[in-house]
Amino acid sequence: MKILVGIKRVIDYNVRIRVKSDASGVETDGVKMSINPFDEIALEEALRIREAGLAEEVIVVSLGGNECQQQLRTGLAMGADRAIQVDTAEDLQPLTIARTFLKVIEKEQPGLVLLGKQAIDGDNSQTAQMLAALWDRPQATFVSQMNMSGESVTVVREVDAGLETIEVDLPAVISVDLRLNEPRFVKLPDIMKAKRKPLEVIALDELGVAPENNLEVSKYSPPPVRAKGILVEDTAQLVTELKTRGLV
Amino acid sequence: MSKTLIIAEHDGSNLNPSTAKCASCAAAIGQDFDILVMGSSVNAIAEQAAAIDGAAGVTVVDAENLANPLAVNHAAEVVALAESYSHILGPSTTYGRDLMPRIAALLGVNQVSDISTVEGSHHFTRPIYAGNAIVDVHAPENVTVVATVRVASWKAAGNSGSAAIETRSASAPASANTRYVGLEAGGGERPDLQSAPRVVSAGRAMASEENFEMVYELADLIGAGVGASRAAVDAGYCPNDMQVGQTGKIIAPDLYIAFGISGAIQHITGIKDAGTIVAVNKDADAPIFEVADIGLVADLFTVIPEMKQLLS
Ligand SMILES: Cc1cc2nc3c(=O)[nH]c(=O)nc-3n(C[C@H](O)[C@H](O)[C@H](O)COP(=O)(O)OP(=O)(O)OC[C@H]3O[C@@H](n4cnc5c(N)ncnc54)[C@H](O)[C@@H]3O)c2cc1C
Repeated sequence: MKILVGIKRVIDYNVRIRVKSDASGVETDGVKMSINPFDEIALEEALRIREAGLAEEVIVVSLGGNECQQQLRTGLAMGADRAIQVDTAEDLQPLTIARTFLKVIEKEQPGLVLLGKQAIDGDNSQTAQMLAALWDRPQATFVSQMNMSGESVTVVREVDAGLETIEVDLPAVISVDLRLNEPRFVKLPDIMKAKRKPLEVIALDELGVAPENNLEVSKYSPPPVRAKGILVEDTAQLVTELKTRGLV
Repeated sequence: MSKTLIIAEHDGSNLNPSTAKCASCAAAIGQDFDILVMGSSVNAIAEQAAAIDGAAGVTVVDAENLANPLAVNHAAEVVALAESYSHILGPSTTYGRDLMPRIAALLGVNQVSDISTVEGSHHFTRPIYAGNAIVDVHAPENVTVVATVRVASWKAAGNSGSAAIETRSASAPASANTRYVGLEAGGGERPDLQSAPRVVSAGRAMASEENFEMVYELADLIGAGVGASRAAVDAGYCPNDMQVGQTGKIIAPDLYIAFGISGAIQHITGIKDAGTIVAVNKDADAPIFEVADIGLVADLFTVIPEMKQLLS
């Protein structure tokens, strides 16, 4: 079985996001970029499944310009067998991303697709569900535990009400949550080895996908700031303050 | 004719408050809206939906295979009804986030996630980057708008309506390749985090599951829901459904009290819309104080027992 893992290049989660003064986007100049943390977890899970002998090959896929090769190389250094960059200069929206993944799936015929439950830039949380719908295969989102058993996989999903268990037949699309695993650290020799692993570049139009980015973003604004608060000296003052404000 | 469809969320016995919040968003869009209730034996829930102010009608699709919230089955029913609607809204809860993109893809449209304000029938604002930027999004007018409503941004609509209820049979067979096994409920009897007016929350500083007891006790004293940081959940001090933040629940209580939570951006994004934020932390430089309305630099293991005493 092959496992396909999606990897998105995003601003590192530790960076303080600043909206550009001309409202055209967020500041990316000189900002640290990383693999979307959820995608790293998806990749880690794929590697563990392969290491348990339940898959032969792990392929990492990213959509973007040449700069996303950096994240694909990190994925290869973590242990992926090969990488595919779908080359595009456009900032694609989830529907187009899902359509593109579907094309890659048709080529590669994976038994499992693992994606992050959301990307920490757009916070959309859509691609996995869209891909499952277009592929007409099961979806399991927000997954924090997985058990592969032959033709199906039992997953635990983190939902608002608690932990939900469902069973899906393979092939399936799974979107992963943070508590699924802790990704391994990349070691220097692995980075060297990753340079020799195959990284294929396919142009988006070669896959026959026409971008449909029809949600137009007209403006980026900084979030409203909260008014400055007060400090109290002790618990008694805190409770008095809460009572005066009618909060307890 | 332009009309909005709201996908109701429920647990089999009660309508989730997110549905009435979606109704407020639909009202802001400004056209008539219907509410779709999917499930098995959901008459009582349909009644609750029919009472939501402004609802034009309630459609019930009652089938055994809809009893559990599997997106694959629910999406098929929504798509079967989609033709009559210009807008389809679901909540930004895990139910809606699982379901709505599937509907959008089947309809061949992009989805607007997490609507926080409505500026026009096809113009919305939504947060990105964990709430560190707000974007104005324009959806095309010639295709269906599929969107999730950021429930923390909307007040629940009232419940003095009386919409007509219409029942339909299911259009699609149950999916054979996705099977529901069960739900292990977390939180228990306390007020639901996403609608509780008060929330008491604690972080890694609690240091153990046993210590978390005092947080529950304080919460019970003031009738509050209980939240937690990711670090506290990861460490196993409390169940996952208590996580507040970018990847947990986004909440907007009138009062949020954070004990021993540092205030990472991923946590703050979950509480930005709270009325009053109280922070108790022994580190005066903790970033949580930047957003706190009332701060107390102190040890929580002293403060919580004192608060319990003063409030009982
Ligand atoms: C992709 C991603 C998504 C994430 N999503 C979320 C999310 O949804 N929600 C979330 O919460 N986090 C999330 N995080 C994690 C987040 O970055 C922080 O790591 C986390 O919020 C820290 O939790 P904490 O404040 O409990 O712990 P810490 O940061 O360790 O802070 C503990 C605090 O307790 C204080 N303290 C210690 N002892 C005491 C005492 N006795 N009395 C008073 N104060 C004390 C310390 O001064 C410190 O400020 C996410 C991270 C990533 C990468």
